[in-house]
Amino acid sequence: MKRLKSLVTLSAMLLCGIASAQVKLAYVGEISGQLAPSGGNFRDGIILAVEEINAHGGMLKQKLDLTLYDTQTNPGVARAQMQKALDSEPYVLFGPVLSGNVKVTLEMVKQAEVPQFIGGEAADLTTLGNPYMFRTSFGQQIGMPKIGNYIRDELKAKTIALIWVNNDFGKAGRDQLLKVLKERNIRLAADVSTEPGQVDFAADVVKLKSANADAVFVYSNEEECARIMREARKQGLKGPFVGDTTLLSQKTIELAAEAANGVVGHVGLTVDAPIPEVKAFGERFQKRFKYKPDHNGLKGYTAVYAMKYVTEKKLGKLDRKAFMRTLHGLTISPQDEPGILIETGWNDVGEIDRISFLATVENGQQKIVKILPKLGK
Amino acid sequence: MWQTSQTINFAQGEFVMAPAFFILIGTGTFGLPFWLAAILGGLVTLVLLGLAFKRLMVDPMIRHGALPLVVATIGLAILMKEAVREFYGADAWPFPALWATTDVTVFGAVFAVQSLLILAVCIVVVAALQFYLAGTLTGRCMQATAQNPAVARLLGIRVERMVLYTFLINAALVWIAALLVTPIYLAKFTNGEILGLYAFIAAIIGGFNQVRGAIVGGLVLGVVDNFCAVYISSSYRMAIPLLLLIAVILVRPQGLLGRVEERTV
Repeated sequence: MKRLKSLVTLSAMLLCGIASAQVKLAYVGEISGQLAPSGGNFRDGIILAVEEINAHGGMLKQKLDLTLYDTQTNPGVARAQMQKALDSEPYVLFGPVLSGNVKVTLEMVKQAEVPQFIGGEAADLTTLGNPYMFRTSFGQQIGMPKIGNYIRDELKAKTIALIWVNNDFGKAGRDQLLKVLKERNIRLAADVSTEPGQVDFAADVVKLKSANADAVFVYSNEEECARIMREARKQGLKGPFVGDTTLLSQKTIELAAEAANGVVGHVGLTVDAPIPEVKAFGERFQKRFKYKPDHNGLKGYTAVYAMKYVTEKKLGKLDRKAFMRTLHGLTISPQDEPGILIETGWNDVGEIDRISFLATVENGQQKIVKILPKLGK
Repeated sequence: MWQTSQTINFAQGEFVMAPAFFILIGTGTFGLPFWLAAILGGLVTLVLLGLAFKRLMVDPMIRHGALPLVVATIGLAILMKEAVREFYGADAWPFPALWATTDVTVFGAVFAVQSLLILAVCIVVVAALQFYLAGTLTGRCMQATAQNPAVARLLGIRVERMVLYTFLINAALVWIAALLVTPIYLAKFTNGEILGLYAFIAAIIGGFNQVRGAIVGGLVLGVVDNFCAVYISSSYRMAIPLLLLIAVILVRPQGLLGRVEERTV
């Protein structure tokens, strides 16, 4: 009888232990500072996915326990926060979104051997030797050729005036664009560098105007894109304006208001995509957070479901090293995991592949004009 | 404010940032029409950034000298910035322009209607302020208070009231500035940093102790800043105004239109 009592007690303790076991996750991202709109969207996408998964019993029957760390869009703070996050030994890391912050924390994550879903889009991030790093969106080396083809084939532009933000994201994007333009015999008529967080673009738009180019390429963060567009419309600069993802993001459209109308660009992910699962995600997100998500919301959301799929369906256990090895070369379809929304694959260095979109802004709404196929097809 | 109460307000940039959020709270949280939210935002600005600022911060601090007040206003700037970030978020928010963003072409040159109207409002406000200070009894009493508070008090002027008027006028001016500049800058908690810095540089270049000095300083700074960005380098646009500031401090410390102030020791 005494043995039976002990056994029951032990079983109860074990059951309690199992029930309260949690999988630690960490988001190290730009919750405040200049990149807060992007980092906030990415964070909310993660939160939504974690809440949904926990509501359905968790992952491997364990609840997900997400902790948020704010980099304040500051590389120094990002390193400190990343160290704090790694000290808590998370199973998977999400973020940062700012490419510069991904770079300054890269070695720490690599040494800790924690799988990481980044939001950064700078072209060189996946060449820096962290096998645990996986993108959640296209690198610039994939987006730029697509928009380069549009400039050459649809706009038939021979000259481009470029305005870009002087940070890791902007510099890498500029380098990729210059390469793409050169390959397509398109001349750069103006090369205007701007500062992150800049608020007055009057002088920069004067330079763009005086270049008299066939098209204007705007490559900056969301808030700056909106300010550039407002100033451009104020000064009567007609465009056409082209860009990649940030120029057409929901936040840019909201801030630029009617000044955003008519811009065209390549968008890796958008809730306006003509895909029912993506639209349903957009509605759930809007219901939960009371705003329309941009591509970063989708990035955060799908990354969590990618983690769930690999852990539950491919591994059946929590193993960081095996996770890293399994995700390389893996393609996840919505049939396998509905939360992935769009069929997505990762190559051997963590680059992502999925369909993307050519979009324009009409009456303050993003409108998809063309679906661009996966690179692997 | 410097002349009437020896107050150097390092939160002046945040004073321009805050009214935009008062107005956005009116339109967003309470669903008021923009014009009503703007008027109520103006009243809140007068009470909080005029009356409360003077009574709760300047009056208790000024008796300890100008330096503790300077440090206190730096603290106030941080408090205001972080409070907006905490309660309204770190994102930028769209802010309606007072006029349509169309443009007009005059002799081949394109002018934005918004810019022209901002210029017109500034001219009207400066002219009205000058008229008030020079053409009305209260204005002359304020000037007397600014020139010599002790003598003004002997002449029967209610110095404390004149100082309060100065703070209320300052609050009204930051409200107007917020209405004009926020549609271009967008409403964001960090707006005060750049606005405050430029305002401070402009005041030193033009002359800290003269209203017309601050106006001329602002114009010189704006023109130099934009011309440098267009014709020299936008990467070094901030460096040129700072070089100008150093040159003015070295050659003419009182500023371009400032008055030399002597102090008995």
